[in-house]
Amino acid sequence: MTHHDLPTPITEAQARALVIGDTVTLDGALYGIRDATLIHMFDRGRKTKFDLAGHAVLHTAPNVRKVPVSNEYPVGYHPVCVGTTTSARMERFTRPLMAGNGVRLIIGKGGLMAETSRAFAELGGAYLAIIGGAAALETTWIEAIVDVDMDDLNPESLWQFQVKGFGPLLVAMDSHGGSLYTAVQKTAEDRRAAALAGMGVKPS
Amino acid sequence: MGHAAMRVDPAAIEETAKLLYIRALKVLPDDIKQGFQRLDAGETDATGKSILATMIRNIAVAEKTDNLLCQDTGIPIYNVRIGRGVELDGVALKQAIRRGCERATREYPLRSSVVHPITRVNEHSSCGVLVPVINIDFTDRAEELAIEMIPKGSGSENGSFLKMCIPADGIDGIKTFVIDRVMEAGGRVCPPTIVGVGVGGTSDLCAHLAKVAATRALGSACADSEGAKLERQLSAAVNSLGIGPQGLGGDSTAFAVHVEIAATHITMNPVAVNIQCHSARRATAIFTPDGVKIGF
Repeated sequence: MTHHDLPTPITEAQARALVIGDTVTLDGALYGIRDATLIHMFDRGRKTKFDLAGHAVLHTAPNVRKVPVSNEYPVGYHPVCVGTTTSARMERFTRPLMAGNGVRLIIGKGGLMAETSRAFAELGGAYLAIIGGAAALETTWIEAIVDVDMDDLNPESLWQFQVKGFGPLLVAMDSHGGSLYTAVQKTAEDRRAAALAGMGVKPS
Repeated sequence: MGHAAMRVDPAAIEETAKLLYIRALKVLPDDIKQGFQRLDAGETDATGKSILATMIRNIAVAEKTDNLLCQDTGIPIYNVRIGRGVELDGVALKQAIRRGCERATREYPLRSSVVHPITRVNEHSSCGVLVPVINIDFTDRAEELAIEMIPKGSGSENGSFLKMCIPADGIDGIKTFVIDRVMEAGGRVCPPTIVGVGVGGTSDLCAHLAKVAATRALGSACADSEGAKLERQLSAAVNSLGIGPQGLGGDSTAFAVHVEIAATHITMNPVAVNIQCHSARRATAIFTPDGVKIGF
């Protein structure tokens, strides 16, 4: 169980050094992305202006307030509340994000599945679990919204955040086939029969 | 009735509908806060314990920074309960709630999480066809109008399931369905959750009862004794699975399983599951002749 302080972007070697149970804190650029952004990128062929190589993407769509453009607000957006959404809906987009855009880290809640584990192993990446629903706290780790792309999809735009001390995040899936979610699911399956028997359910 | 009817100004309802949406997003009800303390005291898994600590910290940060607890502003639901002595224009009431919901979104501003289901166009108003959801019911308390606001988060709402079991499946079929759906949902529904279970009725009533159960205050029990017994059994069973906070392992999978029931047909045995995430937000306003009282 090692803690990693990682400025972004990171290298393939840094991504492969992460092991489930480790913790990570990020500094630098972080990109916010979710359903509509990914559907437009990979099902409708839209290209982003951002170079995501080596970067971390956060499954999010923030609450923002429009403000005059200034040094503090380069694109005129104040981050009111930035949290994290359920990752599972975005499962099929992990591989193209990694293979096509060079993304190394996915930050989300609830975990991803087997195809993502394979992509992490082949291409070098990891899934960092954040605490879903703890958005007030998460917002305190966001310094600014630096830039935005595909803003016609607002709030599901592709956001570029500047973050400081973003974490600790838990490495929940790694490039070595490890997944805390798979382990927990196995535990639940092992305990299912006893849980049902405890309620008097006859085995079928 | 022997006394003049109580009237409530639609403008007051509009202001209240706006206020309730914002308040619900910021301040968790006391029963949920107490639920966190109870789970934290009993959690034996180190990861689970640390996740619960972060969630509890988030509640304090939201209040201290006057911020939203969770980024998901949800699908807005307003449950209205009208006393027998209240006289109002029902159409005006619904319009006022809708305007209040839209104003909360535009004026705060909140993220509008509501889109047209086919075009996916977001009007940035948290409103759309039949949204906000407005449920109307009645109460015997003569001079009282209650409005409960629930911003229902989507991560947990996507953990919604219906099965038209048959009578031969019995209560075992219902129990098995609930356990299997909680396992399937895993960490996606933001545990610890309130697992709402509807039993009986028609398919639509069954699904509605599951929502009523999922959004009921912790510490409350099903009014039907068989339903209450089922709640206790399912609560223990769900928390024996080891799914834990955020699906990363532990004892605290659910604050509770809540059950609501309705009579059903001799050929039917429906069961529905609707899940509420740990950000189990709600806010309530009660109008009486003395004024309006805001609570949970």
